[in-house]
Amino acid sequence: MGLKTPLFDTHVAAGARMVDFGGWDMPVNYGSQIEEHHAVRRDAGMFDVSHMLIADVTGARVRDYLRYLLANDVAKLKDSGKALYSCMLNEQGGVVDDLIVYFINESWFRVVVNAGTRDKDIAWLKRFSDKFGVDIKPRTDLAMIAVQGPNARAKAATLIGKYADEALQLKTFSGRELGQYFVARTGYTGEDGWEVMLPVGEAPKFWSDLKAAGVAQCGLGARDTLRLEAGMNLYGNDMDENLSPLESGLTWTVAFDPPERDFVGRAALEAQRAAGLKRKLVGLILDDRGVLRGHQRVVTPAGDGELTSGTFSPTMEKSIGFARVPVATGDRVEVDIRGKLLAARVVKYPFVRNGKPLVS
Amino acid sequence: MSNIPADLKYLDSHEWARVESDGTVTIGISDHAQGALGDLVFVEVPEVGKSLTKGGAAAVVESVKAASDVYSPVSGEVVAANDALSGSPELVNSDPYGAGWLFKIKPSNNSELQQLLDAKAYEKVVADAAH
Repeated sequence: MGLKTPLFDTHVAAGARMVDFGGWDMPVNYGSQIEEHHAVRRDAGMFDVSHMLIADVTGARVRDYLRYLLANDVAKLKDSGKALYSCMLNEQGGVVDDLIVYFINESWFRVVVNAGTRDKDIAWLKRFSDKFGVDIKPRTDLAMIAVQGPNARAKAATLIGKYADEALQLKTFSGRELGQYFVARTGYTGEDGWEVMLPVGEAPKFWSDLKAAGVAQCGLGARDTLRLEAGMNLYGNDMDENLSPLESGLTWTVAFDPPERDFVGRAALEAQRAAGLKRKLVGLILDDRGVLRGHQRVVTPAGDGELTSGTFSPTMEKSIGFARVPVATGDRVEVDIRGKLLAARVVKYPFVRNGKPLVS
Repeated sequence: MSNIPADLKYLDSHEWARVESDGTVTIGISDHAQGALGDLVFVEVPEVGKSLTKGGAAAVVESVKAASDVYSPVSGEVVAANDALSGSPELVNSDPYGAGWLFKIKPSNNSELQQLLDAKAYEKVVADAAH
């Protein structure tokens, strides 16, 4: 048996199909995965993301510490509550993990990292913490529920009582501590919504209240199709410790400016950039019938590549994916699916935002 | 609990086979299999006229989550394929033993039918898979 979130019994009672995800027993779907996907695109859905690790990073020099540790630059975070997406790199420029960091005050930042990498991440955070005199505190006392979709905030706001107005005023990509809740206007679906952190003991009631408010229960299956449509990378599929953000479609998350800021992995990324990148991550749409999946071979005139993620897009009713291909790849490729070469197009992603396809 | 009709034969890889009155064998995937796969989005059925061997990969069913091979329960020639599935793969979810059938075979060796599981034996396969 794997690790369990505070909502494990709730999922089982709801008839969820449970699967192992990075050592955690998690719901993959409660019924139709496609209906769960549409609920988020059209109305409101919720995900138990309590398996992800929340950690508070505190100390007088916490900003300096994070400016050294992360490839994106927390100097961009000026207003309390503002969030930033960043990779955490090793010295070779490989991605240790990707994370969200929230600036709360000058001596307190909060990070949220992936479930499957939590032990490794804590060790990595601690490796540099003494030098900056910061303290790393995993918040295993907190659960996290993502409520996503065009009607998600309105439905969830009814549950947080006197904090509703303040929560509804949150700007995109910022969060705020409101009583026992930390509410952030973030997510992994390409829709508006919140991620709500709350004491583990409160999670089952909050979940059932959301359900009563008309928020659909959604599993990790829908979470994966939503994030892929939204053009968001998944750690372990689309990037890992042996690949740099520059080869993973994440160059936009690396702050090379100001040039005097040193960060872990910077020298390796600069060397890679100077030598010239050999591979890039692209979005694919399959024109032929079939379904793109991770690890399928991509055939291009510039050489072979590989699918890193692929699925059927319920919104577009076509198969989409990400592939790592030679840098000279043009706009047409072929994908080897069970020995047949099928035609696919290279497209800009995200594929879908706020309920609407951006490519066809 | 999944539906396992008593009048069908099964493979432990979750295919069902029904012997029709004309001697052909209709093949599909079980209710348990469609439930485990989840929403189907793509089905590749074999071409009519193709020769299949017992236990060989004959069709592919893909859900949002995963692709899965479908094995032929018997050897023989494909005499019909369910073309409706190319536009409506979800028929396999909604009606796995009816409108969601995959293909029909004219068996070349009827003794192979005797080697298939009956409903009771298949029920045990499904129960064991749950533990």
